[in-house]
Amino acid sequence: MLLLIQYTLIFASVLLLVALGGCISEHSGVINLGLEGIMVIGALGGALVMRSLGTTSAFVMVLVAMLAAILAGMLYSCLLGIAAIHFKADQTLVGTAMNLLATAAATVLVKAMNTATNPDNHSSEIEYVTARKMFIVNINGFEFNWFMLVAIIAVVLVYFLLYKNRLGLRLMACGEHPQAAASVGISVYKMRWTGVLISGALGGLGGLCYILAGVSIWKFENGVAGFGFLALAVMIFGQWKPTRIAVAALIFGLFRALSNTYTGFPFLVSMNLPGNVYNMMPYIVCLIVLAFTSKASRAPKAEGIPYDKGTR
Amino acid sequence: MRKVMKNAAVQAFLASILCILLGLLIGYIVLLFINPKGAWESILNIIKNFFTWSRPSSQIKQLGNTMAKTMPLILCSLSILFAYKVGLFNIGAAGQYVAGSCACLYAALAWGWGWLPCMLFAVITAALLGAVSGFLKAYCNVNEVISGIMLNWISLYTANTILANVKETASPYTLYLNKENPGSMLPTAGLDGLFNGNTNVTIAVPIAIITAIVIWFILSKTKLGYELKATGNNKNAAKYAGMAQNRNIILTLVISGALAGLGASLLYQTGYMRWECTQSSVPSMGFNGIAAAFLGGLHPIGAIFSSFFIQHITDGGQYVNTNFYSSQISDVISSVIIYLCGFVLFIKLTMNKLITKSEEKKGAKQ
Repeated sequence: MLLLIQYTLIFASVLLLVALGGCISEHSGVINLGLEGIMVIGALGGALVMRSLGTTSAFVMVLVAMLAAILAGMLYSCLLGIAAIHFKADQTLVGTAMNLLATAAATVLVKAMNTATNPDNHSSEIEYVTARKMFIVNINGFEFNWFMLVAIIAVVLVYFLLYKNRLGLRLMACGEHPQAAASVGISVYKMRWTGVLISGALGGLGGLCYILAGVSIWKFENGVAGFGFLALAVMIFGQWKPTRIAVAALIFGLFRALSNTYTGFPFLVSMNLPGNVYNMMPYIVCLIVLAFTSKASRAPKAEGIPYDKGTR
Repeated sequence: MRKVMKNAAVQAFLASILCILLGLLIGYIVLLFINPKGAWESILNIIKNFFTWSRPSSQIKQLGNTMAKTMPLILCSLSILFAYKVGLFNIGAAGQYVAGSCACLYAALAWGWGWLPCMLFAVITAALLGAVSGFLKAYCNVNEVISGIMLNWISLYTANTILANVKETASPYTLYLNKENPGSMLPTAGLDGLFNGNTNVTIAVPIAIITAIVIWFILSKTKLGYELKATGNNKNAAKYAGMAQNRNIILTLVISGALAGLGASLLYQTGYMRWECTQSSVPSMGFNGIAAAFLGGLHPIGAIFSSFFIQHITDGGQYVNTNFYSSQISDVISSVIIYLCGFVLFIKLTMNKLITKSEEKKGAKQ
């Protein structure tokens, strides 16, 4: 039971961070379908730092790895920013390209690095056993991960940013009616860049959190198994509102956690379902939930539409 | 000259060539960055693909292998572009492809069906999966990209579970079609003779090309195609004009799914590839279809050539110098190409601007 709570919280943290990223980006008017790719790159940035730092204090390790993930995510999100904000590109297409590119590029880079250190090593894996321990505080068998705290802080920050702050209100105006926002002197480009970069930072952080969730070795060929998209579903279920997103993330986190821990529950084991059923669970739940919640969608009105100064 | 440049098809072709060149350039830079020594040779090998073999007879045999994998890719890119013309981004094509693979392999190995029933079964299964996405989009307003991704994973795990019943005991791969049920394999109809006896080349080749032509015909010459495109351009206007919007959305995704399912059958029923029941990621064929669709200028006939090119460099990836690089460099190149395709609209606008400018200059002189 404790294990289930632990996994639920850590997966919820991943989903929460990434979904908040998606939420801010969409409020500024850019659909960020590249979150999956941003997660991979953020994870890569964090993993590389964890491997190269070697022995340091836990505080430095946690801080530097998180900063690296944030930075990597922000840099990568620039690909979306440039294409979607300045070149009026199709945001779905660009996001998809970013997802494919991230996995391919991460695989190529990690393999090249592994091969450079050891010519016989052609794997795309990075190991971070000692570093992972530094993220975790063991409380009576419950593994508290610092990311759980980070996720809670992120909800509070995003809430204040969006609703209690001039910047947030301006940002949301650009997602609802950019031309109106521009008419009162708000720079739509600047606001959309802010949205995209923040989503990059949160996405990158979520990516690092994801690879630290259950394992201490990561194979970059696998990407992040659709978690970026699950996060978008969490965001839709949360109706683009930070507090609701937090609740939604917990629900989805629970179903994802079941696939890691179902063997610990006698009544689940006695049902004798194949393990793949539990692997499918989060995606099935996601579909069902979306089917019931998407009708009354509170999506920002201008999301996904390239900003054109001339239209009204 | 200007007249030629104004032609939309010429512009689309030039834009695609530009995307390819930039994609290859970026791939080359990545290789240089990893290790400058073998970069040029490796990028050349990617471009050469089967030409890296020295004997013409092996070259043509390898060309056959590339052809065998190009056909499913053509179908996947047709699937993507057909939906895209109707304003739907069917990223679920990857999952529909998985469903098709699962259906035709299971029917062939467990039930011993012939090749045609297996193929039809794959098409129907994939079409049904497409219908799920379409239904969710039409009646529940679920974004087709997100439902598509979810269905991709659901179908992957389902296929792994189902096909585990017909796998070899010692390996995670499904049984050999040619040993268990030769009747389920696509006939070669003499085409293997053209490729130095490569039996991976089958009637899949004419099937894929004919399908591309049929899709082109449906989209540009029929009432159905016109209605679907109208729905894609402006769904409110289409609704106002009395077109059944919900029916069109579902129908589009059904056709799109059927195409992806046919693609799966065209690969797995050649016996060239076997399903790995432990694979943890969705096969890349459906995603490469996105690259091929956009690179082909979203034209069914263009998709034939762009699919061949994408498959050509993907296969070429295995000829890089593996002492330094990995074959995934081709995936990097093709995903960069997809990314650059996002700029095609901008490239075309710039071209038109330049043309108008030079025309104005000419007019001013006169």
